[in-house]
Amino acid sequence: MSRVTYHDAARVFTGNSPVRAVDNLRLTVDDGEFLVLVGPSGSGKSTALRMLAGLEEIDEGSVHIGDTDVTSMPPKSRDIAMVFQSYALYPHMTVAENMGFALKLRRIPKQDVRQRVAEAAELLDLTEYLDRKPRALSGGQRQRVAMGRAIVREPSVFLMDEPLSNLDAKLRVETRANIAALQRRLGTTTIYVTHDQTEAMTMGHRVAVLADGVLQQCDTPRELYERPANAFVAGFIGSPAMNLETVPLTAEGARLDEVTLPIPRGAMDSLGGGSEVTVGIRPESLRLVSDEQPDSLALHVELVEELGADCLIHGRTAVDGKRLIVRADGRRPPALGDTVHVVVRDPEEIHLFDAGSGNRTA
Amino acid sequence: MNVEAPDQQVSPPRERPGSESAAADSATQRNRPRRREGPAWVFLSPWLLGAAVLTLTPMLVSLYLSFTQYDLFTAPEWVGLDNYVHMFTSDPRYWRSALNTLIYVLVAVPLQLAVALAVALALNSMGRGKGFYRSAFYAPSLLGASMSIALVWRALFNDGGTVDDMLSTFGIDMGGWVNQPGWALLVVALLTIWQFGAPMVIFLAGLQQVPHELYEAAEVDGAGRVRRFLSVTLPMLSPVLFFNLVLQTIQAFQVFTPAFTVSGGRGGPADSTLFYTLYLYDRGFTASHMGYASAMAWVLLVVIGIVTALLFRSSRSWVFYNDKG
Repeated sequence: MSRVTYHDAARVFTGNSPVRAVDNLRLTVDDGEFLVLVGPSGSGKSTALRMLAGLEEIDEGSVHIGDTDVTSMPPKSRDIAMVFQSYALYPHMTVAENMGFALKLRRIPKQDVRQRVAEAAELLDLTEYLDRKPRALSGGQRQRVAMGRAIVREPSVFLMDEPLSNLDAKLRVETRANIAALQRRLGTTTIYVTHDQTEAMTMGHRVAVLADGVLQQCDTPRELYERPANAFVAGFIGSPAMNLETVPLTAEGARLDEVTLPIPRGAMDSLGGGSEVTVGIRPESLRLVSDEQPDSLALHVELVEELGADCLIHGRTAVDGKRLIVRADGRRPPALGDTVHVVVRDPEEIHLFDAGSGNRTA
Repeated sequence: MNVEAPDQQVSPPRERPGSESAAADSATQRNRPRRREGPAWVFLSPWLLGAAVLTLTPMLVSLYLSFTQYDLFTAPEWVGLDNYVHMFTSDPRYWRSALNTLIYVLVAVPLQLAVALAVALALNSMGRGKGFYRSAFYAPSLLGASMSIALVWRALFNDGGTVDDMLSTFGIDMGGWVNQPGWALLVVALLTIWQFGAPMVIFLAGLQQVPHELYEAAEVDGAGRVRRFLSVTLPMLSPVLFFNLVLQTIQAFQVFTPAFTVSGGRGGPADSTLFYTLYLYDRGFTASHMGYASAMAWVLLVVIGIVTALLFRSSRSWVFYNDKG
């Protein structure tokens, strides 16, 4: 069991214009923690993981596993196990051989290998498939074999690179819960890469959000949702995404259409008297009201997505034509072309970001 | 030329029933009137004509001739199994040629494939200049089929040839290679091995199909270079290796041009390069025993068939076909 530390680690791809795929990453993953690296494609999340695995060079800074500096160590000396997106199972080996391969290379006695493979197979419900080749397995079973191959190693760190993205939606939700439960049970430090923010939120003890190679925020799922550090994180975490609009700033507050959203004094001060502010309101922070309600925002309904329990109303503000999404009760969806009125549930739920830098102001 | 009635060719194409199930689809095809096959036969006819006239007929004729004595000038005389019996029981040169061919196959094919794979591996790990070297290494295969390159080869390895000269500067005096029974076969094999371009290109294509993640998984699992080659590259390449092995083996059994040229057409010295086809040619066109030569050809066909079948059977245990995902 070990903690993992990135000390200002960077990966620079040379070329006509060098790209800093991972830029001065400073991050500590505690012993036994499940940390999710999340970000859009090209954000450097996979590269960061591969740097830890030893499959990608570390051009600046260093990476430690436990007390050991692994920056220039080959993958096999780092005591890690990795689950790949494609699973990377050896097609000519049986499930048992696939799982025991790393142990065999370490010259662990056959009897012990067999026992450890059997234990892992038991844990993953793979016992009856041990003699099959990967191509005789379903996608979900292959995924479990890939997990099993990592587990039998008993490594100090698990690395997982989008291990669920090749599964269908239903199986993905199921496997997501299984992996999280397995990790809690084994207590092994795990770093998990995904582009799916739902996976990130449901699985990780903490979630690190990356964009353009730069760590934006690393926090618990709840904290990320409630206090995103900047507009990027605000827009990335949460589904559907937070409504983010840059609006004029007045002495009373932020002007959205013909409504003034109140801004706490502290926040007002830190905005430093700029003329604009980026306002973030989650779809679930908006509430439908009757049209008599003062200070309500009128929305033309352009699209209604019914999810069963909820419905998502996509609309435009009556005056400025700003796009907003509202999560409302699924039992009374408005019709297309209707005009509905909304208010913010609680002024506390309004997020404010600097219009220039995108950083959170309060 | 085989011309169909015009009304059969201009009949409008029926729309394919896209929404129907596959079973229903094939059922409609089965019930479709026969005349719709007309255009297919028209398009197939050039090939069918060629296959029938240029391949099938000569084969059947040679099968007949193999039971006869025939010298090209007088009518073939039926002799039953005499040719076959003679071949197997009282023709030491036949057995010599068969043995030479077997040795040649066992030496040239594995070595050629090994060289092709080694060069493909080197090229695959190369960055810039890959295209140039790929073409450069492929070139001998294009030249190799010609007589001229075999003549050059003979000159290189002859007594007083370039190789001999070069070695004598180091004090090694072989006195030529192609005129020594112990070495001549090797020189011919070397010429074949040198023409590793075709299998190399196929290996290279195979190598580029191996998923990179497999190598990374093996690296994380603790496999070194050699282990990665044995446990990832070779198994993943096994279908390509098998394809090359079958093709090259079939070709090697039929080796002719290099042996004919290097040995001056006689399979010398001392019958050391008397390959099967060379002896076959000698029996047929020098000694005018066409019946005997035909019988030899049929035995070779059967042997190649058996060897290929054995290779296919063995492939079940060492060739791994991967599917997607």
